[in-house]
Amino acid sequence: MSALSPKPPAELAREFGLKSDEYALILDRLGREPNLVELGVFSVMWSEHCSYKSSRKHLAKFPTTGPRVICGPGENAGVVDIGDGPDGRKLAVVFKMESHNHPSYIEPYQGAATGVGGIMRDVFTMGARPVALLNALRFGAPDHPKTRRLVEGVVAGIGGYGNCVGVPTVAGETNFHSGYNGNILVNAMCVGLADADKIFYSAAPAAGLPVVYFGSKTGRDGIHGATMASAEFDENSDEKRPTVQVGDPFAEKLLIEATLELMASGAVAAIQDMGAAGLTSSSVEMAGKGGVGIDLDLDAVPQREEGMSAYEMMLSESQERMLAILKPGREADGRRIFAKWGLDAATIGFTTDTGRIVLRHQGQVVCDLPLAPLSDDAPLYDRPHLPPKKPHRLALDEALAPADYEAAVVKLMSCPDMASKRWLWEQYDRHVMADTLADSATGADAGIVRVHGSRKALAVTSDCTPRYVQADPYEGGKQVVAEAWRNLTAVGAEPLAITDNLNFGNPERPEIMGQIVGAIEGMAEACRVLDFPVVSGNVSLYNETNGVAIPPTPTVGGVGLLADYGRRAGFGAMKAGQVLLLVGESRGELGASLYLREVFGREDGAPPPVDLAAERRNGDFVRGLIVSGRVDVVHDLSDGGLIAAAADMALASNVGVSLDEDTGLPVHAALFGEDQARYLLAVAPSAVAQIAHDAAAAGVVIAQAGKAGGSTLIVQGVLSLPLERLRQAHEGWMPTFMGAGV
Amino acid sequence: MKAAVVVFPGSNCDRDCAVGIERSTGAAVDMIWHQETTLPEGLDLIVLPGGFSYGDYLRCGAMAAQSPVMREVVKAANDGVAVIGICNGFQILCEAHLLPGTLLRNSALKYICKSVDLDVINANTRFTAGFGGQSTARMTVGNGEGNFFADEQTLARLEGEGQVAFRYRQNPNGSAHGIAGIVNARGNVLGMMPHPDRAFEPELGSTDGATLFRSVMGCA
Repeated sequence: MSALSPKPPAELAREFGLKSDEYALILDRLGREPNLVELGVFSVMWSEHCSYKSSRKHLAKFPTTGPRVICGPGENAGVVDIGDGPDGRKLAVVFKMESHNHPSYIEPYQGAATGVGGIMRDVFTMGARPVALLNALRFGAPDHPKTRRLVEGVVAGIGGYGNCVGVPTVAGETNFHSGYNGNILVNAMCVGLADADKIFYSAAPAAGLPVVYFGSKTGRDGIHGATMASAEFDENSDEKRPTVQVGDPFAEKLLIEATLELMASGAVAAIQDMGAAGLTSSSVEMAGKGGVGIDLDLDAVPQREEGMSAYEMMLSESQERMLAILKPGREADGRRIFAKWGLDAATIGFTTDTGRIVLRHQGQVVCDLPLAPLSDDAPLYDRPHLPPKKPHRLALDEALAPADYEAAVVKLMSCPDMASKRWLWEQYDRHVMADTLADSATGADAGIVRVHGSRKALAVTSDCTPRYVQADPYEGGKQVVAEAWRNLTAVGAEPLAITDNLNFGNPERPEIMGQIVGAIEGMAEACRVLDFPVVSGNVSLYNETNGVAIPPTPTVGGVGLLADYGRRAGFGAMKAGQVLLLVGESRGELGASLYLREVFGREDGAPPPVDLAAERRNGDFVRGLIVSGRVDVVHDLSDGGLIAAAADMALASNVGVSLDEDTGLPVHAALFGEDQARYLLAVAPSAVAQIAHDAAAAGVVIAQAGKAGGSTLIVQGVLSLPLERLRQAHEGWMPTFMGAGV
Repeated sequence: MKAAVVVFPGSNCDRDCAVGIERSTGAAVDMIWHQETTLPEGLDLIVLPGGFSYGDYLRCGAMAAQSPVMREVVKAANDGVAVIGICNGFQILCEAHLLPGTLLRNSALKYICKSVDLDVINANTRFTAGFGGQSTARMTVGNGEGNFFADEQTLARLEGEGQVAFRYRQNPNGSAHGIAGIVNARGNVLGMMPHPDRAFEPELGSTDGATLFRSVMGCA
């Protein structure tokens, strides 16, 4: 794509992903034809990725406020108050999750690496030091020819970036399904800590202030990445490789330290990282949000290559770059700090009172646009949506009992979604910063990192069950949020808020839009009932290849607070002689269950309904037991139901479990049903009576489910599996799969 | 008691080392920027922390070994001051020729982050004396290039002179002789791949790192 392209603007607009009515709107707003640079600016600012034009209307349904919320969606990341820290400081947790799906499919190592880099920048741009990373990965079927190479590259990229920067990767999830064969999902989340009274925002506060660029130089990489991320794939997608950026984690590490030092110096008036759509979106957003104008001299931009055009500089997505607006007279502070960290930096312009973005290059004005239409007048669509057909609820009949219970349990625990992901998380540094209390290697439902220097800790989790959302977007949407809330609760944390990462297909198809609307409404309902607001998020649409959409995957990242990390729970310290208590009601829901898919090859049926009132009641009860120090062995029930939870606890604790067979339900429904709002606890026999009494008083259903001991997983009269056999199957799948030759 | 932690561009365990030493020994810890040309007076310990100094570009530790501050570190080591290089710090010590051998890419060609059990091979060094009768230690490793290599003659000398401080019970990365940490001939410079700076409190899964820090600071 040449800057000298002779093509007429209308044709170029189409190539840049603008629809003809969108182009007409630009002509109307400008009263003239845009030039190439201006068209480039419009096309990225109005891309789905930057404008949320298909989802904005529905995203407004999320609750986004709460007593602890300092900053909700709209900034680089969400900010939530966590109270006092060491030395009387007031602290806040800052977090966001973001997708890097399309780049990771095209170039897995760099795509995933720059996804991690980008999400970290969103967090430290707000003034927070990153303290934890998570990732939610969805790959195609294991037997698809591309899957192994994609896993290898994505995992190496995530590790290569996060390990070098020195932020622990403490939790995540990895699923495989043929629905992602042509479009994998790489969602990365970063959590940081900041002083609550020192949060930095992007809005330029006044005219006449210097605009300072710092970080890596600008090159020709990633041009039009935001537009690529807003289009479907086809078999020629490999040709888009040049739109994938290249990451430099060493530069990111220097950038973090320099940015935090610059902020501490008091020089920063506003700041924004250059992420998707690079210099364009950062400058437009800073000036637009501040209600001022901005005037940039592109000749001053540090450039990696010679002869870059204004168009290329504005659209470049070169990584590890920041844009700051400094307070008057503070440029010397910046120069000193950038020199210390060896970063390129330049004053590239100033804010104005014109309400326009003016770009100069080689003595000419190459762009002169009013800012308002770029952000505020971005197209907003109320796309037609078809509600999906309600799935049928599966009957509790014996037709769904396995022929061989032992084989079924082994199959379940070693299936790609349930098998141990040790192969991948052993490639992530989970301990740097020396505050990790629970990570992927720990038997715990959430990662836990200490708030440095205090008794507080943060719990973090990422969750989505795409098969539920596929079957019933509304109930599935509720479940996504409920599961994140439950995972935080299961370690004893008070759930604070979530970030969401909505991955769907083409919103221009009514059935896909139906999934989006249903899932958002279900999620929003759960957020309301659980007091679990959405404080940041990202939408990734057009996840389709050759017209086939991915399973709807609205991933959420949840963050919770432990007031005293001495009172926390996990499931790796169960002891022989303890009694297992099952909290929550079991009805044997097998629709859309993992068991049904793995053992019967069926993906039909209604997902388990989510009773949010019961979810809250049961969760509050369990958390109360943990924070009062009465229980410290807890596991939530999710994929694979009771038997999978019991197997997890047994494997993590290296202690056998014997489950009672008489539950009033058919055995297979009791073992494999995925009813929600449930937890499995292990407690001393002497504690059972009082806990049962307290549960009854709280209106919580609780039942004895079995006991711990020995080295076998037993259901009397049904199955008896030595833990070693189960462990070999559970640990063996992934190394065998990855070792089978690339 | 006084310790210093050197900070290179790309170091990422500098704070962990400082906090680990402070919490386990009560010593004051100075952070020393890599461009310094002098070190504080009266240091009992200098730590080269883990991380990715200079992004591991060229070769792990190669560029950091040429930093201005390293001339002072070499001088202090030659004067008998205790020096520990952890992970990337070990790589830097090898590149600076304060320790023999080098660290190659892990045999599985992947970054490895896991808990490892170590045999304390020589409990008579100033770093390991605090382990006393304790013959094993548990710490975590986190590296892509932790595979210790030296020629046969050097390995024989290290073994024969008691310079092997720690050995993996299960070799995670192909290290020659399962070596996890070595000391120099004089016994005042220790390089190790496992992280004592991630093993100084029970909540972190081990306190064996605290034992090491207390040992070298003479407060075991």
